[in-house]
Amino acid sequence: MPEIRNYTLNFGPQHPAAHGVLRLVLEMDGEVIVRSDPHIGLLHRATEKLAETKPYNQCLPYMDRLDYVSMMCNEHAYSLAVEKLLGIEAPVRAQYIRTMFDEITRILNHLMWIGTHALDVGAMTMFLYAFREREDLMDCYEAVSGARLHAAYYRPGGVYRDLPDVMPRVENNRFRSAAEVDRLNSNRGGSLLDFIEDFTQRFPTYVDEYETLLTDNRIWKQRTVGIAEVTAERAMALGFTGPMLRGSGVEWDLRKKQPYAAYDKVDFDIPVGVNGDCYDRYLVRMEEMRQSNRIICQCVTWLRENSGPVMIDNHKFAAPSRKAMKEEMEGLIHHFKFFSEGYCTPPGEVYAAVEAPKGEFGVYAVSDGANKPYRLKLRAPGFAHIAAMDEMTKGHMLADVVAVIGTMDVVFGEIDR
Amino acid sequence: MTVFKNYIKSLFLLELLKGLRLTGRYFFAKKFTVQYPEERAPMSPRFRGLHAQRRYDNGEERCIACKLCEATCPALAITIDVEAREDGSRRTSRYDIDLFKCIFCGFCQESCPVDAIVETRVYEYAFEKRGENIMTKDKLLAVGDEHESQISADIAAQAKYR
Repeated sequence: MPEIRNYTLNFGPQHPAAHGVLRLVLEMDGEVIVRSDPHIGLLHRATEKLAETKPYNQCLPYMDRLDYVSMMCNEHAYSLAVEKLLGIEAPVRAQYIRTMFDEITRILNHLMWIGTHALDVGAMTMFLYAFREREDLMDCYEAVSGARLHAAYYRPGGVYRDLPDVMPRVENNRFRSAAEVDRLNSNRGGSLLDFIEDFTQRFPTYVDEYETLLTDNRIWKQRTVGIAEVTAERAMALGFTGPMLRGSGVEWDLRKKQPYAAYDKVDFDIPVGVNGDCYDRYLVRMEEMRQSNRIICQCVTWLRENSGPVMIDNHKFAAPSRKAMKEEMEGLIHHFKFFSEGYCTPPGEVYAAVEAPKGEFGVYAVSDGANKPYRLKLRAPGFAHIAAMDEMTKGHMLADVVAVIGTMDVVFGEIDR
Repeated sequence: MTVFKNYIKSLFLLELLKGLRLTGRYFFAKKFTVQYPEERAPMSPRFRGLHAQRRYDNGEERCIACKLCEATCPALAITIDVEAREDGSRRTSRYDIDLFKCIFCGFCQESCPVDAIVETRVYEYAFEKRGENIMTKDKLLAVGDEHESQISADIAAQAKYR
């Protein structure tokens, strides 16, 4: 009988379950994975190098495009790094707005994750339901920044504009009766905060629905329970962060361990898993969505009661208001200086990290005193996770690779940078 | 006892039926699909779509060729040439935005000291030929003329936040 040898299988980069442009070279023994080798770099856009050629304030929109499903968290890390370099701090109201939108971003990201993960594993419905809720949150994004995805809303020194007092409304059209348009507009009557509050009241029910569809479902459990188990020691050794680490039972969350923005003023819990398999990571992320909802509620209450500036008053680091720019000589000079030259930072190096939905997203900036960074290093959580691909898939079946990619929540914008 | 309970649950496909009940409910619920070309999703006055150049009420173009948008554009998508017009005023002789390069960050409209370059609510555009991606000054002014009422309304609505 001839000897059956291992064979190599190329998975991706055009495979629909490869979440973007992941290319896996799998060495198979029948249908069992012997070795998996992730090939990255197909979405490399040289963001780090690009940052070296741009003044600090101009580089911000490029941060959105790193992890393009959790845009504002990336902006947050970058803004924090620049603020640290400059030695400035955003006003309190901006801190709360950032906290709120970080959590909105977390829900957006986790909805995207649950939708695609479930779709890969075989549950189509989840995808449609998750995108329904994403639509509401995208409207929040658009209301504050003017873009549904690439917001460019956080700025070093605060956020660009205050929250709007009115929400855009659905217009009459021949497809809907007037009563139906009124129903659609029912939560759009007030400010953005009213809209978000209405969402937070509805959202726990939606999470319950997701759980009804998945948590006890036998197919979901067969595909996730016991798949890609990672012990707490290994998870730490592999450099896991975020839900990947918490799924293995390590209670590590930058929002608690080194609070930034307003996280030390809001109340929330860190969910942890027990077994460190795909199913536990799923449970952790589901609970994170509920906790995010809780944080958003608290931020909405605070933002309702307190008003104030959302941008620092120092016009060396933030453009003056339109009125000041048009009426005052000083304002105009600051305006031109800010948008042409930007600002110089003192020489030095900083590392600022935020708990992005996928894990620790860090920005390490080295400044030589110029108006652009000497070097900008981005620490993407997905990069460490994808590096563990081999360890996590070894000994599993080919179909489980898809579940592992899903549970890692890989986004190639940040891995390839 | 729990073993027995789980056995019953598993045997009668209870969790699958629960899921089926949920999806069944949505099957008969009101649809939330937006009938796109005829029906539009609500749009914020802050929306950053296609660019436009504006004019003053007397028909004079606003842009004074200060080149601040060109300087602040992160993607280097804007190209401006300046010449003195016959009447001696400083105007652009060329104002191009390359839409392939543009990342729609809105920094140009933020930086413009005379509100000349703005990003409008227009998001439905396509290119059929090479070269159409360059928004020349004429094209920009045409977009501005077409949507001026909407643009000025949006700017007025946002004035207190900026």
